[in-house]
Amino acid sequence: MKTETYTLNLGPQHPSTHGVFRIVLELDGETVVKATPVPGYLHRGIEKLAEARTYTQVIPYTDRMDYMAAMLMNWGYVAAVEKLMGIEVPERAEYVRVIVGELSRIASHMIATGAYGGDIGALTAFTYTFRDREYVLDLLEMVSGSRMTFSYFRIGGVVADLPEEFFPAVRKFLNDLPAMCDEYDGLITGNEIFQARTKQVGIITPEMGINYSLSGPTLRGSGVNYDLRKVRPYSIYDRFDFDVPLGQNGDCFDRFRIRIDEMRQCKRIIEQALDQIPEGPIMGKVPKVIKPPVGDAYAEVESSKGVYGCYVVSDGSPKPYRVHFRRPSYINLGYLGKLCEGWKIADVIAILGSIDIVLGEVDC
Amino acid sequence: MADYNIPVELMEALKSKFSGIEILENHEVIVPAADLIAFMTEIKENPDTAMDFLSNLTAADYNDRLETVYNLVSVTHGYTLTVKVKLEDKENPQVPSLCPLWGGASWQERETYDLMGIVFTGFPGHPTRILLDENFKGHPLRKDYQWEGGREA
Repeated sequence: MKTETYTLNLGPQHPSTHGVFRIVLELDGETVVKATPVPGYLHRGIEKLAEARTYTQVIPYTDRMDYMAAMLMNWGYVAAVEKLMGIEVPERAEYVRVIVGELSRIASHMIATGAYGGDIGALTAFTYTFRDREYVLDLLEMVSGSRMTFSYFRIGGVVADLPEEFFPAVRKFLNDLPAMCDEYDGLITGNEIFQARTKQVGIITPEMGINYSLSGPTLRGSGVNYDLRKVRPYSIYDRFDFDVPLGQNGDCFDRFRIRIDEMRQCKRIIEQALDQIPEGPIMGKVPKVIKPPVGDAYAEVESSKGVYGCYVVSDGSPKPYRVHFRRPSYINLGYLGKLCEGWKIADVIAILGSIDIVLGEVDC
Repeated sequence: MADYNIPVELMEALKSKFSGIEILENHEVIVPAADLIAFMTEIKENPDTAMDFLSNLTAADYNDRLETVYNLVSVTHGYTLTVKVKLEDKENPQVPSLCPLWGGASWQERETYDLMGIVFTGFPGHPTRILLDENFKGHPLRKDYQWEGGREA
């Protein structure tokens, strides 16, 4: 019997795409022959806008890339400018950064976990993780006054010290966190239907992961031990004792599972940071007008989605000459087309969700 | 800060193999566009360097030239390396595509083509726009790009 392939347009308005994102699928029956991702619907030209702002004014734009983990987005940008200017960040500010950064990572992973359950059809999972994420947002609101777009980092430190009431509140949250993770594991990870949909689906080999510049849980799900906090510790991450969860099979299930394990590790890091945090200033010696010397710098941090890099070029003026953001979601998504080939339509949703993208960051 | 640069003796060996390259004091390497593929292949395939991970690929527009920037990492050894290519011809900037070496180059080169207008020769199917609409005119990250709005425009 002679059959023809046909084209199915998925998106840009489709709940499983977590925003406005389109995939054009060429299908043979239910099997994907070719998948062409089409990003760009949320492109705001942040890199161009940054050229008309001062260095500090760029920080709020970084919030609006990965708005699920905005603290980490702030961090990558200020790290690049600090590297360019040779600014030393005070000890206390480094600890504050680690604490809020890891809290942001937990919030982001909670969304990834719940939303992935929703993608697979376990919509209840969403309500559990979103309930718990509220606690993290409360903590971050206490610190920064904002729930999503914090703009809390400054070049040379952070804008405000942690308030007194933050410490007991974060300790209480960290005490509750393992039970929350256990609940997700019981509700989603252990679920038979969930496992049937995700195990041995969308397998990424370690070689392909590295070749396609994948990073974060998407790469570590394939067993590649590449977490910047361990391999090239920035800030003060070399002072903490924590493990990097790795997957074995590189399938959707492994990518999903290690996010929950990472949350447990975040707890360890934050607790050590809370124990070690010294008194002192939260801002380094930074000139009133930030004018980095002529030159360029590239800095990377480990965001919740993967390696988030920032390239800054200065011409000596108070405005950045060029800013480029290496967004992990964007680069991880570059492999989606290849990854979907040969799988069924329903698997495409499972695969896309397992990469955990944020369109604000993809399109920048 | 720990040092993640490629050891000096390996850099010396590279310099003697590729006479056209320039190694700066900050360990960055300037490579002529004509040598780019050979140079990248060497540092990727040579087990001593094994720069297997193309972390970042972007470009910048200067008065007299365009510059592509490559940030490479060796997942095996932990080295990092910044490679730059200077493109003097701003009217028709061309640089070889790294897609034959790294799958990760594909979307990053498309983004750079889209926003900066650099043509990556040898890109499978000529790089197409990725973030902007296909009918969009111009490359907005070029300094001479005229844009509406902006606070002091």
